[in-house]
Amino acid sequence: MRTPVILEDGMSNVTLSAVSLDEIKHLVSDRAIEGETVLLNMGPQHPSTHGVLRLLLELDGETIVNCVPDIGFLHTGVEKNMEAKRYLQAEVMTDRLDYLNTMGNNLVYCLAVEKLVDLDVPPRAQAIRVIMTELQRIASHLVWLATHALDLGAMSVFLYCFRERENILDIMEMVSGQRMMTTYFRPGGLWRDVPVGFEEAVRQFLRLFPARIEQYEDLLTNNPIFIDRTKGIGVLSKEDALAWGLTGPIIRGSGIPYDLRKVQPYSGYEQYDFDVPTREEGDVYARYLVRMEEMRQSLRIIRQALDGLPYGPVRSNNRKFVPPPRSEIGTSMEALIHHFKIWTDGFPAPKNSVFISVESPRGELGVYLEGDGGNKPYRVHFRTPSFVNLQALPMLSKGHLVADLVGIIGSIDIVLGDVDR
Amino acid sequence: MDAALIWEWVIKSVIILLIMLTGFAYLTFYERKALARIQVRIGPNRAGPGGWLQPVADGIKLIFKEELIPGSAEKVTFILAPIITVVPALVITAVLPWGDTVQIFGRQVSLSLANINVGVLYIMAIASIAVYGIVLAGWSSNNKYATMGGLRASAQMISYELALGTAFALPVLLSGSMSLKDITVAQGGGWWYIFLQPVGFFIFIIAGLAEVNRSPFDLPEAEQELTAGYHTEYSGMKFALFYMGEYIKMIAVSAFAATFFLGGYQGPGVTQYPWLGPLYLFLKIFVLLFWMIWMRATLPRFRYDRLMAFGWKVLFPVSFANLLLTAVVVIIWPQASGLALFVPLMVVNVLVLLLATVLMAAGLGGKKNVA
Repeated sequence: MRTPVILEDGMSNVTLSAVSLDEIKHLVSDRAIEGETVLLNMGPQHPSTHGVLRLLLELDGETIVNCVPDIGFLHTGVEKNMEAKRYLQAEVMTDRLDYLNTMGNNLVYCLAVEKLVDLDVPPRAQAIRVIMTELQRIASHLVWLATHALDLGAMSVFLYCFRERENILDIMEMVSGQRMMTTYFRPGGLWRDVPVGFEEAVRQFLRLFPARIEQYEDLLTNNPIFIDRTKGIGVLSKEDALAWGLTGPIIRGSGIPYDLRKVQPYSGYEQYDFDVPTREEGDVYARYLVRMEEMRQSLRIIRQALDGLPYGPVRSNNRKFVPPPRSEIGTSMEALIHHFKIWTDGFPAPKNSVFISVESPRGELGVYLEGDGGNKPYRVHFRTPSFVNLQALPMLSKGHLVADLVGIIGSIDIVLGDVDR
Repeated sequence: MDAALIWEWVIKSVIILLIMLTGFAYLTFYERKALARIQVRIGPNRAGPGGWLQPVADGIKLIFKEELIPGSAEKVTFILAPIITVVPALVITAVLPWGDTVQIFGRQVSLSLANINVGVLYIMAIASIAVYGIVLAGWSSNNKYATMGGLRASAQMISYELALGTAFALPVLLSGSMSLKDITVAQGGGWWYIFLQPVGFFIFIIAGLAEVNRSPFDLPEAEQELTAGYHTEYSGMKFALFYMGEYIKMIAVSAFAATFFLGGYQGPGVTQYPWLGPLYLFLKIFVLLFWMIWMRATLPRFRYDRLMAFGWKVLFPVSFANLLLTAVVVIIWPQASGLALFVPLMVVNVLVLLLATVLMAAGLGGKKNVA
């Protein structure tokens, strides 16, 4: 079996299953060849690699000398598949990339299509998009906190976080009919308006959640064992963060206030008042604090968006790209034609390429979309934060213990669906 | 020695074994239920009314699981390791007094199997054997994760045995006997040793937690780090034996903590009705077990090197200073009891607590992370 191994300097194909030390000697130190250090295979079936990440560890006792991440076990060919689907169909694939940030993936894809074909989005749809993406951010951070705490051995936090995540998933089901694979945002707006009771459900969550964040913090923030396990572990310096092109909470924990919602606002984020939390320490604990504060800031954004939620349509009126309302089809010949055309043949996009990026819970999520004049994208490429951030793992984990490694993986917050695509 | 006495021993042994094995099964149930309540879940509720048959279902499942022995494993040691783990856990309870003497069929029966005069030493000796099972299991599996689990277990045991030993010595000092029965009787007046030596009690239960590899000291089997640690390669009943060993040790440590510091079977009315003794002991064990489960639900796991640092740099000096100062008090006021003993021992406890804070700051404050 040939397994590709990601190196610090690029891709190379190396056979690892043959167990010949000769073939992997460029990955490990000379001491491993001499038999002084142990090579340990961690994953792809391991409880703390957050999916199917495989790590080749070179250990001196329990100290990590080398760490070589090996990815590709969840490769699904999403990007290639999208080339064979019409623009509307391809959106369904985006849900499957980062399965903890489905709304965010939908959003970046819709923004790209809208930019490619120059489509407007009504203000109400913009506001609902912001509410849903921020709820999704909280849900994603909850899964991060749950698994991160579980990796460090605090098992109850896991279930508490999933309890609150369930509330968010209920809201998602309410608006889209699906808990996870939502495909709720569509080019030109939303699938449909939010149902009656949506606002009350979100407000209920806004009332409940601040106290729940306090509960998690009670269990972890001042817990001596937790601090012992996270402070000073996996320190990422500002320079390294920039040099490796990392984004998201991981660099905000190193003191770089880079948040795309602030530096290049999209979907009307410029209207909302929120802070970008940063910490200077750059360790696992700093990233933990940043993400906890981000959940509070997301609540602020949701509250503002909900208070100022405008009335009006949730879909663009541009009938060339957006299907007409059901009610018009019975009375309008044109509407019927548009409906038929869009659902059978899709819409053509100009021969052009766009790149747009948004702030996903994990960092900068970008999509490169190229049209060739037809109804299918010529090329779709995702710049996913997990993939880029995972590069930092060998650097962060060197010299630490195996027990720290699981904490560092958790603090990078990778989703393997996002890494492999 | 008459035949009746031998029969009495045999019957008592069988009863204790049955109690421990049933206790093990229902401790797993208790833990799952209590954890579930803490974690806003319901817990097992399918097998039998309220889930009460869940341990039976678990047992049946494990019996029918395939027993795998890895091809590269050291077979004899691999099979022996779970036995070495579980047997000491069972025999250790032989010295535990369950109650005072009762009348059964006109015969005076003491509610303890072996009231030997070196009971404390017996416990220390047997408790140390159990670690061999874990180390051998880790080594014989020929699996890197298992080996690391075994190494962690041995390091942990060595670090905590001393603190545990000095904590054992406190009741011995205060009661002047190594027999568990005498220690229990000495606490008869309501002055349980937890009131005289609260610090000693805490050292005992912390070291006890480490001794039975329970969270936050569950490093040898840290699932998130070592998949399952030393029992990675075990399946079926051999795995069940490890599980059994761990849970029986939990019961045993709770029982000893109750005997040494919580007055054992002592309680109101136990002199008139000796059958209340086992009941009181059971209640105390129950509370201590809940404490262990609670810790598991709440605390993250220690890191390997920090755990050793805590054991050697904090727990051991503190327990040793505690032992030393308590010995001084006992020498100066040999006849003191009750309040007269309480006041000087409180001074000792406060001093030791101060020492503990200083050591915590010094030993764990300046930490090195990167090797």
